Parts: sequence; C-alpha cells; structure tokens
Amino acid sequence: MEHRSHVHRVTAAAGVAALLVALAACSTPAAPSEGGGVPGVTEDTVTIGTHTPLTGPAAAGYAGISAAASAYFEYLNDNGGVHGRSIDYIVKDDGYNPANTQTVVRELVQEDKVFAIVNGLGTPTHLSVIDFLNQNEVPDLFVASGASDWNQPEKYPYTFSFNSSYVVEGAALAQYATDAHPGKKVCLFGQDDSFGAELIEGAEHVLGDDGLVAVERYAVSNPDVSAQIGALKTAGCEIVMLGTIPGFSALAIGTAAQLGWSPMWFATSVGADYVTLSGLLKDAAPQLLDGFVSANYMPGISSDWVKLFSTINDEYNDGAVFDGNTIYGMSMAYLFAEALEASGQNPTREALLEALTSGDLTGNGIVPLAFSKDSHEAYPAAGIQVVEDGVQDYVGSTYRVTDDDVEAIDAAFPPVTEEGIPAN
Amino acid sequence: MIRRVRPSTTKAGSGRIILWGAAITVIALGATFLLDPYRNFQLATIAATFCAVAGLTVLVGSSGQLSLGQAAMMAVGGYGYALTANALTGVGVDGVARFVLAMIGGIAASGLLGLLLGLAAARLRGPYLAGLTLAITIAIAPVTTFFSGVFNGDAGLQIANDSVPPILATLIAMEQWQAWIAILVAGVVVTALASLSHSGIGLHMRATRDDETAARLSGIRTGRIKVIAFLASSVTAGAGGAVACFITQAVSPGAYTLAFSLMLVVAAVIGGLGSISGAALGSALIVLLPWTVTLMTEALPAELAQRLSGNLPVLLFGLLLILVMATARRGLAGIRFRPRPRRDRRASSPRRPQPDSAAADAPPAASEPVLELAVQSVPSAPHERRK
Repeated sequence: MEHRSHVHRVTAAAGVAALLVALAACSTPAAPSEGGGVPGVTEDTVTIGTHTPLTGPAAAGYAGISAAASAYFEYLNDNGGVHGRSIDYIVKDDGYNPANTQTVVRELVQEDKVFAIVNGLGTPTHLSVIDFLNQNEVPDLFVASGASDWNQPEKYPYTFSFNSSYVVEGAALAQYATDAHPGKKVCLFGQDDSFGAELIEGAEHVLGDDGLVAVERYAVSNPDVSAQIGALKTAGCEIVMLGTIPGFSALAIGTAAQLGWSPMWFATSVGADYVTLSGLLKDAAPQLLDGFVSANYMPGISSDWVKLFSTINDEYNDGAVFDGNTIYGMSMAYLFAEALEASGQNPTREALLEALTSGDLTGNGIVPLAFSKDSHEAYPAAGIQVVEDGVQDYVGSTYRVTDDDVEAIDAAFPPVTEEGIPAN
Repeated sequence: MIRRVRPSTTKAGSGRIILWGAAITVIALGATFLLDPYRNFQLATIAATFCAVAGLTVLVGSSGQLSLGQAAMMAVGGYGYALTANALTGVGVDGVARFVLAMIGGIAASGLLGLLLGLAAARLRGPYLAGLTLAITIAIAPVTTFFSGVFNGDAGLQIANDSVPPILATLIAMEQWQAWIAILVAGVVVTALASLSHSGIGLHMRATRDDETAARLSGIRTGRIKVIAFLASSVTAGAGGAVACFITQAVSPGAYTLAFSLMLVVAAVIGGLGSISGAALGSALIVLLPWTVTLMTEALPAELAQRLSGNLPVLLFGLLLILVMATARRGLAGIRFRPRPRRDRRASSPRRPQPDSAAADAPPAASEPVLELAVQSVPSAPHERRK
C-alpha cells in the first residue's frame, strides 16, 4: 500500500515537473541584451562595474584604485556627467582570487546588467573572465594589468588594456639599467604567472637571452620569499628587477634587508608606488627605498593632472592618502569618460568600441593612446622614475618599445583641459 | 536503534531511490526555465557543491570518518577534468565526447587519491584522520605552484568553452545549459550514493560507525568498508569539482581553500549529517548566504561594507551552526520529521518495519550526534581500541 502511494507521489512529481517545463518553455530566459535598450544605459545614468581586490594579499596595494576612480566619477557627475548621464560605478571585491572573480563578474553582467566592465584588476583574475566577457559581447575596458593577453583584437575584440605592458616595462627598465649602470649584474624576481614571464621577455629583449644572471619566482599564495631572495644574493646580483605586486615588492626588499643585502631595485609600475611601499615598510622605508627605480606611464607628481586629482581626492575621496593608485584610478576614470563622451549622445556598446578604435582618444599618459583597429594596447612606452629624498618622480628617460627596437624618446604629458572633464 | 540501520536491499527499495532521484532531477531541470542566467549559474554551483556535500555527509554520517579534505577532492576532480579536456582539445576532440571523457578523467583522479587516502584513513581515526585530510587540503596550493608547468600555479587552468548544442541553442541560454549538465551529474551521482547508502554496504558502514569491534565480530571487514566510504565520497566530490570546472571553464587553487573545505563540513552538519536532503539544503545555504549577505551590506557605507562582506557570512554560519545544533541536532533536514513520530508510523504499517524512503534521509542515531564523534575520539587514542 505504502509502496503504491510512493509511486503515486513520484508520478505526480514528474507530472508537475513536465508541466513546469511546458509552461516555462514559452519564456526562454532573458539574453543579456534583451529588452530593446542598451544594457546599463538609461536616460540619465550609465552603469559600469569592476572586480578588484579589497581584501586579501593584493588589497594592500590596490584597494585605493577603485576608490579614486569612484571619486573622479562623482566629481564628473557633479559637473554634469557625460552627455547629461551620470556614471554609476559598481565595485566588487574578488580578493585577487580567480574563483571569486568569476562569480562577481557574472553578477555584474547578468544581475546588475552593466554597460561595460572597466578596469578589472589582476592578470590571473581577469584571465578567468576574459572568455566570458567576450562571448557575451561585454566591453572589457582598461584591464588593470600589464599582461599582453589583453591586446588580441582578433581573439578578444571587446578587451582593451590600460597599462603599458610588462614586456614594454621590462625592456624600458633593462635599457635604463644598461644606459645608467652599465656592466652591473641584472637579475629578476617575478610572480609565477604571465606577469613574471612577460617581464623576463621584455628584459631579454634588451639584455639578450642569457642577459639575466639569475631569475627567481614566487606564488602569491605563499608569503615567504626568503629562499628566493637568498638565491639572488648568492648569485651576486647587483640590480634586481621586480615583477611583483606591492605586497611582494615590500616583502622582497624587507627580506633582503634582513639578509643584510641591498641591491638596486628596478620595479614595474604595478608594484612600485612609493607611498604604498612606505606604508608597508614603515619606518625603514626612507632608507630602504632611496634610489628605488621604477617604470611608469601615468602623470608624474609635478604635473597639472596631479594637482587636479589632488583637489578631487580632497573633496570626493575624504582626503584619502594620495598615491600612485589615486593617479592611476582617476586617470583611468578620465579615459573612460573620454571614451563615453566620444561614443555620442546615445551610447551603445558598438559605438563605444568604435570610439576606442578610432584613434581619436588621447588619455593623459606619457605618450598618446595607441588604440586602433589593429591594436588594443594603450601605452607602448614607459618612463623611468627614481626615488630621491622621499619623492618619486620622472628622471627624463623615456623609452618606446617596438618588436625590434627600444628607442629613447622625449615625452610630455598632455595639458589638462576643461578642468579634466571631457567636453560635452 | 538496530531497526533503523537495516538496509532496504530489495529491488523495490533501490528502484524507488532511482525513481525519486529521477523525479527530483526532472523538477530541478524544469526549474531552470524559471530562472535568469545568473540564478541558473548559482543553481549549477549549488548542484556541484551538492555532489561534494552529499559524499561528505555519507562519509561522516554513515561511516563516522571525519574529512576536512573534501575541497581538495573537488580540486583534484577539477584539475583532472581540466587536464583531460585540454589534452582532448589539443587532439581535436570536442563536444559531448570531450565532456564525458574529461568527467571520467576528473572522477578517476579523485577516485585514485580517495583510494590512497582511504587506505591510510582505515588505519587512522578521529583527530589523526582529520589531520591527514587537513594536510591534503593545505597541500593543494603549494603543489600547484611547485608543478607550475602542469597546474599553472595560482592562476590555475583554463579550458575551452562548451557552447549550447545547436538543437537547443534557440531555446535555452548558456547558463541554463550549464545548469542542466550540473543537475544531471548531481542527479546521477547522488542517486548512486543514496543507493549505496541503502545497500548492505551502507548497513556495514553504520555498523562500523556505531561500534567497530562489534562490527568486526559480526564478520564485517571494517577496513574495507571504511575505504569504500572514502572512495565513494572522493568520487562524488571529484564529480562536483569537475562540474564546477565545466561551469566556470577554469580551476584554480584559490577556489579550494581550507575555508571552503570547512564550509563543506558546515553544510553537511547544518543540513543534517547522513541526510542527502540535508546535504542539498546545506549546499544551497553555503552558496546563497554569502551572496545574500553581500547584497545586504552593499547598502552600508563602503568602508563598513568592505569590512563586513568577508566576515559577516562566516559569523552567520557560526551562529547558525550553534543554533541548529542547539535546537535540531539532526540538522535542518531533521526538523521536518519531528511532527511525525516514528512509532506511529511503524504501527500503521507493521509489515514494513524497515525504513522507507525517509531512510535516505536517516540521520545518525540521535543518541550519537556525529558532531561529537570527533570530540569523543580525542580521548580514545589509537592504542586503546586496537586490541
């Protein structure tokens, strides 16, 4: 008897399920762009989103970027926005963990229906969503990473980089080492992913295949680098190039100091911000970071852009510590505003891509933006900064890197126009 | 008490489990039509997690062995899937063939590790076993870094995307297709697990759990039973990890941390140890609760939200765990059985004294809450029981 009632229940359940399927078959789930309008764009707002580490091992260096970008967008919104639309910037924490990135980016695209993902941060993290974004035809702008993966217009038509690539920075740093400190033994300490690999590629572009005396790597999941630093010391390195995120730049420098070793440090822009490193190295910073060399392509401390950004930071970012991340975040936000402005009165994703590849955008970097139909690389050049008396600024050496050559160029930042608001 | 562990080895018994499994699977498949893509992604994630938690709940609830390494087993399944899928992509195999072979690869990898671990586990108990499984979980990240050439370090492995089959392409979205696959795999895996739990082996597991010496005196080869339990739970976790890899087209060590492993244990305990439906509830909870909390904290000021978003879910899980253990020791799945006293039920059907379908959900004997298992085994060091 009981057996039969079970069979009944199962049959009933299956029947209900079949009915559900039949009913719901009429309502195919909404595609991301369904509803006629452009995702994320209304009469008076444009919603964009990002993934970035606000917690975890990379937060110490990068949490300020999205805050600075948000501050710039607020400033922009208070001054009329772009074509009368204000920008709503949704920031989601992924803890620099690719698994989290996948979840939050899906949420941004499918739940929050963002117009574009802007400045998603990190090489391993962003690599895990680049296929998803391009399959869903979501503009994937200004990735916060110097990996060259972002510059593949054929394979990833929706993805655009923002940083000068690690290959460019590696070549510029190696060229500066050769020019300013000839004959020194150059070594490299890099992250165990494409970040480190591409920095090596750039360095060897200048130094030759056997030019690096020693190479050591680290994984972000293991915050003990004494073995690697010890090996570099033993190899007799005089210049150590750092392919590191800020936390690991500080670890490397601190660990070397504990071993009583002080080589010259040459860092990439992503792990070199003086204010961030000072915060991590505390009282020892002025001594350990004196003469610290790094590559960069964003406006220097003495430029008009920094004056403007500093004002915005005071007013819209609660006067948070002003560092390289602030300049980076606001410059990126400015570039997005410029691109959105160029997309016209009624922005669509196609118009945005059109504007980006038109070659008309300038940005505020060390060289004019290089975006075109065939290239999604933002800045193919890097300048050299050195820390002197606690101030990190350009020393006037700037290198443009091409496939065959590393060439010293003269560079100047574009002037600030219209108070840093793209003309309406 | 003894009645409760009697298996339903009759054909009707296992047939009913399969029928139920199929019915629930069909309902879940139908439900995907009501959900938007992101909710379908979440459903797929729940299904993948369900595989692992169901395996764990049988391992801990039925065989009495505690494992903190379930996330590691998922990771092994995920890496097995990714490596096989990438190898197949390299030789031009794709579509269903690639999926099936890669699933086999993932399950085989986790099964192999589960077997090795099970052989060791059969000789260990309590804190010693927990320590071993803990070590496996912690080893995942260093192993992927050390063999970076194979596993690609922290960045993990990416696999080619499997798009919706052309026949269905106009009808369903990508995420719905992924949810279907995840639900189907979970349906097969969990039904097989429930059948195992209801078979003679399941009876032997519970006998081993309750009193190993008595079980051995009754002729049960307890060592073998423990290995089988470990193997079953590893294989289900591996299937879950492979499905997770299929859904996200990636596997990385960051997804399978110690915290996640503990979360799987929490899911099994909150749901109700030994209970398959409890495992489903627990899986849904660990996927949906952090997401809900994040949604709620987003309304708060940015800095406070940032501080809370990572920690609040963990705090809530802690509170929930205490609450559930204090009020419903059989977990969430046990709550609904309360209004139906078992005695009445048996009285109404005297011819069928053995458990019916509810036995799939049979929680461990109330007299022995399994949470206390670990605690109880602390004083009983191995030598005490090895007579």
